[in-house]
Amino acid sequence: MSDHEYTPKSKAGKWFNDRLPLLTLANHLTDYPTPKNLNYWWTFGGILTFCLITQIVTGLVLAMHYIAHADMAFESVEHIMRDVNYGWLIRYIHANGASMFFLAVYIHIFRSLFYGSYKSPREIIWIIGIIIYLLMMAAAFMGYVLPWGQMSFWGATVITNLFSAIPFVGEGVVTWLWGGYSVDNPTLTRFFTLHYLIPFLILGLVVLHIWALHVPGNNNPVGIDVKKPSKDTVPFHPYIVIKDGFALLMFMIVFAFFVFYAPNILGHADNYIEANPLVTPAHIVPEWYLLPFYAILRSVPDKLLGVVAMLSAILILAVLPWLDTSKIRSAVFRPLYKQFYWILVADVLILGYVGAMPAEGLYLLIARVATAYYFLHFLVILPVLGLKERTIPLPLSITEPVLGGSPNIAMAKKNESKIE
Amino acid sequence: MSDKKPERRDFLFTATYAVGAVGAAAVVWPLVDQMNPDASVKALASTEVDVSSLKPGNTITVLWRGKPVFIRRRTQEEIDVARSVKMEDLIHPEKDEDRAKNPEWLVMLGVCTHLGCVPLNDKGDYDGWFCPCHGSHYDTSGRIRKGPAPWNMEVPKYEFVNANTIKIG
Repeated sequence: MSDHEYTPKSKAGKWFNDRLPLLTLANHLTDYPTPKNLNYWWTFGGILTFCLITQIVTGLVLAMHYIAHADMAFESVEHIMRDVNYGWLIRYIHANGASMFFLAVYIHIFRSLFYGSYKSPREIIWIIGIIIYLLMMAAAFMGYVLPWGQMSFWGATVITNLFSAIPFVGEGVVTWLWGGYSVDNPTLTRFFTLHYLIPFLILGLVVLHIWALHVPGNNNPVGIDVKKPSKDTVPFHPYIVIKDGFALLMFMIVFAFFVFYAPNILGHADNYIEANPLVTPAHIVPEWYLLPFYAILRSVPDKLLGVVAMLSAILILAVLPWLDTSKIRSAVFRPLYKQFYWILVADVLILGYVGAMPAEGLYLLIARVATAYYFLHFLVILPVLGLKERTIPLPLSITEPVLGGSPNIAMAKKNESKIE
Repeated sequence: MSDKKPERRDFLFTATYAVGAVGAAAVVWPLVDQMNPDASVKALASTEVDVSSLKPGNTITVLWRGKPVFIRRRTQEEIDVARSVKMEDLIHPEKDEDRAKNPEWLVMLGVCTHLGCVPLNDKGDYDGWFCPCHGSHYDTSGRIRKGPAPWNMEVPKYEFVNANTIKIG
């Protein structure tokens, strides 16, 4: 993949590298030419890697103390919180780490949407990313079930019951998922197993995600192809490593704030009540990161169609590279898309808000309008916009707007008038 | 495609793939089926409940196969309301007579047919049950009247062992 041949300097290094070219890989990763105009929105890849490692390490430690049994799970979590040395810290990092992971992944996804990083030739990177996102949701959901509190139990009941919407075989599928006639011990043990497995699947997919990224190289805020290596690129180490490191430190401050000052603010008090199959909590809501999809589920009055709408809302992202007909990647040069982008951001935030509210009256109406708009954005606005939109001419290189002043629209417009 | 005739070797390939596929399926099935309810779960199939202390208008909830079962001793008024409903007004038409053979006793799974929450007693627009999760309203016969749930709450197999005891399952 590197554009130049690499030979280790030392004799031993050469001997090893001829047999297993790990040093070539390390050299590729350090020298990897990166567009020099990457902004801080590009640091979330590194932050996400940190999140994954944090979850794996803290999860591994928690698994040493946790007991996956319906009679003992709740107590074993309290045991971790009260008795295990630093158990409270490790558990709070793991629980809040899930939220931080999603915070970072949403920024990462919306960065991609703004700068068109999902477009050719990066479709495979994007699709792998969507698969990772789906696995993250599965892992987070199953992890939330493990403490066996009221929200764990009823969240598990509601989500597994989504499968009962499948015509004919739905009930059988749900019984199979449960290993019984309700969410119970067999469900808990298999969720624990899968919760342990999925992070490693994600890790494997992250390797593929980065591998696929290193073939075409990074997109950049201007969204045009760069020659690499050239004056438009800098080596990954030390330039991007330092920038990623600084952003990671900032991110860790936010992370630490939640862990130390508000460790339960993103959770639900009901989950400190042990699971009771006879009583459903008055107000069931999923974790914040699933709320937009939950709002979509509830906004459709039919059970099967509600489930279909919710799944489509996620899967539609996988075909996004083909729904967006515009060849221009960056929203900086797409004045109309830029506005629709921010409307979409607002739409998703509104969905998240109404997802946390009771599904009735005005909230339900807002959820329905926002759901309709969500699909409208992807199915109508994006395909049409790509054909109709009058875009701003692209600079010839990423250096051009830098030398000309600033890479913003005003600058681009000046260029435009010059050309006209 | 080439139009060359199939040879003995092509036959061998096809036969090998076929045997391999059958073998793989035979190995996969136990791995899939182990997730279905096991013998110990199936063994807990019936529960007996003493209902002698129940007064008209009261409901008790018991656990059967890990699921709540509502046993309601209905008042005459509730029975009259449930039996006077027109079939065309129902989302999932079922006669109350078929759901409660002995009109005073309504026995059904306390599981909302939408996504499995436990509906609340004496609530909702039809004075029956109301599911707090996604807003399904059930009437005094446990039939769905409004909201996202597709079916009435399920009536399990049950029988009166004697005047005071109901056996569910």
